[in-house]
Amino acid sequence: MVHKQAGALALVAALLMSTSAFAQDKRVLKYNADYDPIPLAAMEALIADFEAANPDIDVQLNNFDHEGYKTAIRNFLTTDAPDLANWYAGNRMAPFVNAGQFMDVTDVWEENGLNDALGSAAASMTIDGKKWGIPYTYYQWGIYFNKDAYAAAGVDVPGPEGVDWATFISNCEKFSAAGIDCLTTGTKALWPGAGIFDYMSLRTNGYEWHMDLANGKVAWTDDKTRQVFVELGKIQPYVTANHAAIDWQDAAALLVQGKAANYVMGNFAVGVFKEGGMTNDNLGFMAFPEITPGIPRAEDAPTDTIHIPAGAKNVEDAKKFLAFVASADAQTKLNAAIGQLPTNKNSSVAADDPFISAGFEMLSSAYALAQFFDRDAPAEMAKAGMEGIQQFLVQPEQLDNILARLEQVRGQVYK
Amino acid sequence: MSAKAPSYWKANQRRLAPWLFLAPGLLMFAVYVIIPIFQSMWISFYDWDGLGEATWIGTANYAEMSSDPNMVKSFWNNVIWLVLYLLAVPAGLLIAIFLNQTVGGIRLYKSLFFFPFVISQVVVGLIFSWFYAPNFGLLYKVIEFFTGKGVAVLADPDLVTYGIIAAGLWPQIAYVMILYLTGLNNVAPDQVEAARLDGAKGWKMLYYVILPQLRPATFIAVVVTVIGALRSFDLVSIMTNGGPFGSSRVLSYYMYEQALSEYGYRMGYGAAIAVVLFAIMMIFISGFIWKMWRDETER
Repeated sequence: MVHKQAGALALVAALLMSTSAFAQDKRVLKYNADYDPIPLAAMEALIADFEAANPDIDVQLNNFDHEGYKTAIRNFLTTDAPDLANWYAGNRMAPFVNAGQFMDVTDVWEENGLNDALGSAAASMTIDGKKWGIPYTYYQWGIYFNKDAYAAAGVDVPGPEGVDWATFISNCEKFSAAGIDCLTTGTKALWPGAGIFDYMSLRTNGYEWHMDLANGKVAWTDDKTRQVFVELGKIQPYVTANHAAIDWQDAAALLVQGKAANYVMGNFAVGVFKEGGMTNDNLGFMAFPEITPGIPRAEDAPTDTIHIPAGAKNVEDAKKFLAFVASADAQTKLNAAIGQLPTNKNSSVAADDPFISAGFEMLSSAYALAQFFDRDAPAEMAKAGMEGIQQFLVQPEQLDNILARLEQVRGQVYK
Repeated sequence: MSAKAPSYWKANQRRLAPWLFLAPGLLMFAVYVIIPIFQSMWISFYDWDGLGEATWIGTANYAEMSSDPNMVKSFWNNVIWLVLYLLAVPAGLLIAIFLNQTVGGIRLYKSLFFFPFVISQVVVGLIFSWFYAPNFGLLYKVIEFFTGKGVAVLADPDLVTYGIIAAGLWPQIAYVMILYLTGLNNVAPDQVEAARLDGAKGWKMLYYVILPQLRPATFIAVVVTVIGALRSFDLVSIMTNGGPFGSSRVLSYYMYEQALSEYGYRMGYGAAIAVVLFAIMMIFISGFIWKMWRDETER
């Protein structure tokens, strides 16, 4: 009996020792993220590959609910910082960078030749001349259209090269006559309207001007700003009525049902269109039409990123992980799984998905990439701006008041 | 010696015991309610994003409010809420009187009328946003049927606040109704009988005999309705997010937007709005407390 007990004790002790030895072997890398189910599976596959290549590192992914994460990150960065955290590029990361919550990872970019490989996303990861994270995926915005609706209204279906602005507007008149909404959107959550505005601004005055506007260097009461709204006013009558009360998914339903012809959206909407019954045959995609001739074509391509918090404990391995995520192979595999575009230009995309290949083509030939209005502009300006855009789409006659109010907000936000 | 001078505890037991029993509750109340109120007031004098350094800006947040059109809009929406929400009191009384009769199955009818109060506000908001929804909502379809053109209440900046208040009134009327139903149970039958012998009926009976006896119920109904109107948040958040372009914002939602939402994190300004809302509530709350205190002392 005594022997048995001693034996059991020894066994337990041995087990304890072996597990602790086991734990010492592996260096832990804590990673806080906010993935939806499909991207989560893709990222878990990427982590498995990373752990296979680095058997001494154990990546512990702590996945948050998407909306809750936006609040949670502010708490955990200051109290219990992980080694890696998801966030977004552009002005969206500025509050954390300025508060010293993110770590400078310029060395990861230098050592792995990422300035070249991730060139298209480099500008949006740079603040004060330093890089603050690694982009791993982005997606294109553009016009998705229902070819059946085009046929029903007797309008020529645009080819992959798209249409020009005058044709787009005259098409809108034909759709209107046929009782079809030329352009649909659902601005209840505000941001879908900002997508339309981004393109009006990028196409009317160009990328540099648009970024100046987002950064508060241009007045909202400026004549060039007014010009953007004049162009927007040309399609305003053809936008789905009551868009202020519907979500973007409800507007997607209108497109699927053929009650609307065009939709300025991000590529993530393709899944919704297809769930609604559309196929590659009747769903079309084109770049937003050129408005001012000769302006270099810039696109919206919101980028998702991974950062190292300033309070990270295992910085060395975190940088190793970032370098792995930035690599062409890892990005090819990850983005193939989630149906988005890799930021590494040496990656490849699935050729059998017309929207992915069109988007890859469009973005790689773009003059510059904007993030999106609510990521390029500071939060407060973004909120006021998106409300102004929504109001203009409902009450175009209020333009003077809208611009005056936005100018007032600009005076408060950029000090 | 120890027997002659009783210990401090023995001498003061009766005085101390209530405080000891109250201590846990008071401590919690202080930590989670009283102290945060003063912290909010303190934060309202700072410009702070919740992350970096907070800078003291004095009363600049309050100065900004006066020229902030969103703040003005939210304030007036709150006033509309307050006024229209009080309709729940007469409406609830009406239904309570209507249901206060002995007919077969009245218990079932009562519980059906009480039903909306049982549902969570979030569900009420969802039901009403579908009711109002453009293209497929019932109200939209009905209006479209009669006038040929549907009205999307939640997309119309002039109608949206009224649409949300209507949604809020639905459960609130049920709540007031329950308060009055219990009040009606306590109406003295001999007084009603006496009034009847004196020839009172109809409105006279209601106004001079029934209503005075319902005063306690009316008081509680007004209190819960006023407070409910001032803290209206869930319906606005569920149905419109304050939109379209901020037309349906109320102070509590604007505070949340400024301090805690995705595009907010202006803790100082949010705290300043909270202080203003608190001040408005204090006007009513101190009025209620004063009335209660007066009633107690008169007795």
